[in-house]
Amino acid sequence: MNFFILSIIKAAIVAFVLLTTLAYLQWIERKVIAHIQLRVGPRRVGPHGLLQPLADVIKLLTKEDMLPSHVNKVFYLLASFLAGMFALISISVIPFGTEINIGGIRTSMQLTDLNFGVLFILGLSGIGVYGVALAGWASNNKYSLLGGLRSSAQMISYELPLAMAIAAPLLMLNTLSFREVVNGQSGYYFGFLPRWTIFQGPFPQVVSFLLFVVAAFAETNRVPFDLPEAENELVAGFHTEYSSMKFAAFFMAEYANMVTVSCVATLLFLGGWLPPFPPEYGSNYVPSLIFVIGGGLALYHGINPARPFDRITLPVAGIVFLGVAAMLLVPVVAAILLPLFWFAAKVGVILFLYIWVRGTLPRFRYDQLMSFAWTVMFPVAVVNLFVTGLLVAIVSK
Amino acid sequence: MPPLPQSVPISWYLTLSAILFGLGVAGFLYRRNIITVFMSIELMLNAVNLSFVTFSYKLKQVDGHIFSFFVMVVAAAEAAVGLAIILTVFKNRQTLEIDEVSSLRN
Amino acid sequence: MDAILFLIFAAIALGCAVNLVLQTHPIASALSLIGVMGALAALYLLLGGEFIAAAQLIVYAGAIMVLFVFVIMLLNAGAEQESRKRLAAKVLGIPLLVVLLGLVGYVLQNALLPSEGVKFGAFRHGTAQDVGRSLFTIYLLPFEVTSVLILVAILGAVILARKEID
Repeated sequence: MNFFILSIIKAAIVAFVLLTTLAYLQWIERKVIAHIQLRVGPRRVGPHGLLQPLADVIKLLTKEDMLPSHVNKVFYLLASFLAGMFALISISVIPFGTEINIGGIRTSMQLTDLNFGVLFILGLSGIGVYGVALAGWASNNKYSLLGGLRSSAQMISYELPLAMAIAAPLLMLNTLSFREVVNGQSGYYFGFLPRWTIFQGPFPQVVSFLLFVVAAFAETNRVPFDLPEAENELVAGFHTEYSSMKFAAFFMAEYANMVTVSCVATLLFLGGWLPPFPPEYGSNYVPSLIFVIGGGLALYHGINPARPFDRITLPVAGIVFLGVAAMLLVPVVAAILLPLFWFAAKVGVILFLYIWVRGTLPRFRYDQLMSFAWTVMFPVAVVNLFVTGLLVAIVSK
Repeated sequence: MPPLPQSVPISWYLTLSAILFGLGVAGFLYRRNIITVFMSIELMLNAVNLSFVTFSYKLKQVDGHIFSFFVMVVAAAEAAVGLAIILTVFKNRQTLEIDEVSSLRN
Repeated sequence: MDAILFLIFAAIALGCAVNLVLQTHPIASALSLIGVMGALAALYLLLGGEFIAAAQLIVYAGAIMVLFVFVIMLLNAGAEQESRKRLAAKVLGIPLLVVLLGLVGYVLQNALLPSEGVKFGAFRHGTAQDVGRSLFTIYLLPFEVTSVLILVAILGAVILARKEID
């Protein structure tokens, strides 16, 4: 019974953290895009707009739940449910850190360690398209139908290079379990270069990483591949007819997919929770240092405030940052938080890349999108997989 | 209600497979839409896969899994060609009713 | 636990399969088939076939059925018309089907010796390693032949679709 209680606690923590992350990811996206476009972004609700996600959730919850009269009701409702469900399930096989020991209970920072976890994620990403496709069809609307059609064609096309890009590092690491994948990347070349798969011999997986990231943009329907919901061609694409919580489900699914894909990229290519350089050179103090710098900056700007309310908010943030920095130096806490920090940092970098690209690149045309998948991505992925397989076979002989 | 067995008898799996196959046959004979007929075939293939995997368990060998893997691959090839044919038929005759596509010439 | 899980997923598979046959709109049938496939994937897991369960999700539910849904949406042909013939099929067919399946079930229950039942975790040779090892050693020739088959299928599909564009 202990196992069940432990699982329920872990599931509750992961669900809470994930949903909060999703809400704040959207705040971060709005802020970053705003700064890219020389605006300030949300700042009315709470200090620096920090309560904006909460306000958005309340707005979506209390908005009138419209059910258009011309839709196919069963599938219309099922679609948003499917999209949300499949997007959230995949987090269950992602490991966030090493095994930890709290009060004598040993457990791993992962909901379940499937020994075919990578295949499980691939399968779920394949099924995830039904939410979008079904939404497009059930809305009984030409724009939505086009969005759903585009989405299913795009997903089938980009799943191939995605799967092949995943297969190449797995060939080198010889496992399908995420935990083993990360363990296979531990250690350093020449004492400082991490053995992450993008650096690991016999064939550094840089090409796979690029392929994976590009295909992942298409799989999650993000700019520059957001054709299923291209607003200046299709109104809002597959979710034109959706409002309130049903729209929120799609919105949440998109961000959850982004998080999952970033986690998978981190685990497969960037060494998961392993630090980027060995502890002998002080990698364990980097997180504290970053938080100290952040706290110091916040305090400095709190003392010389640009706006009146900064006088209160920034010192508070600074003290919190310094507190976290101090916590990271306590050995017991650090053992738990350090892997989490590195994992979150790498995931954060990839998520930032998503937002950055959205603020920078224009959208592809649909024929360009498909020909890019089949004439560039696919051949490169095949050659990459072939070369990797060949080198692995030669080296392991 | 009798108590549930500790482990599931092999015959339950095989019966399930047989029922699914029977439903596939029923759909194949009963439906008029080409695509649904096609999907009934897929259902039969799935039912057969279930018995392959079950026998693989019974014989403690992996061969059944390989067979169902091949079935999947062949089903994928079949779906690609079959759906291309359905698209062509629909373009030429504007119908998916299987009874109206009974002649070779228009 | 095994029996409960089996019954849950078997019920899902059966319900979806019946729905597949009864629904008039192809997209409803397609979704039911996806339900059957998902339930079967869970049953494969119970039987120790973890690779085949993942392949079922990736290949069947994630690729083949997406293709079906795509074509159904592309053609957007609407529901099937009721025809006269089908009354006879209903009146005669359903009892016949039930009798046939009852017989099959009866024979299966009696023909198989009551050997050991299916226990989750008792069969551990369904991993990707084991499947891969047999696939690339004993079954290498069939594997290569299927790859040729796939190539032929791709060519066939491309040619059929291209003719339509001209």
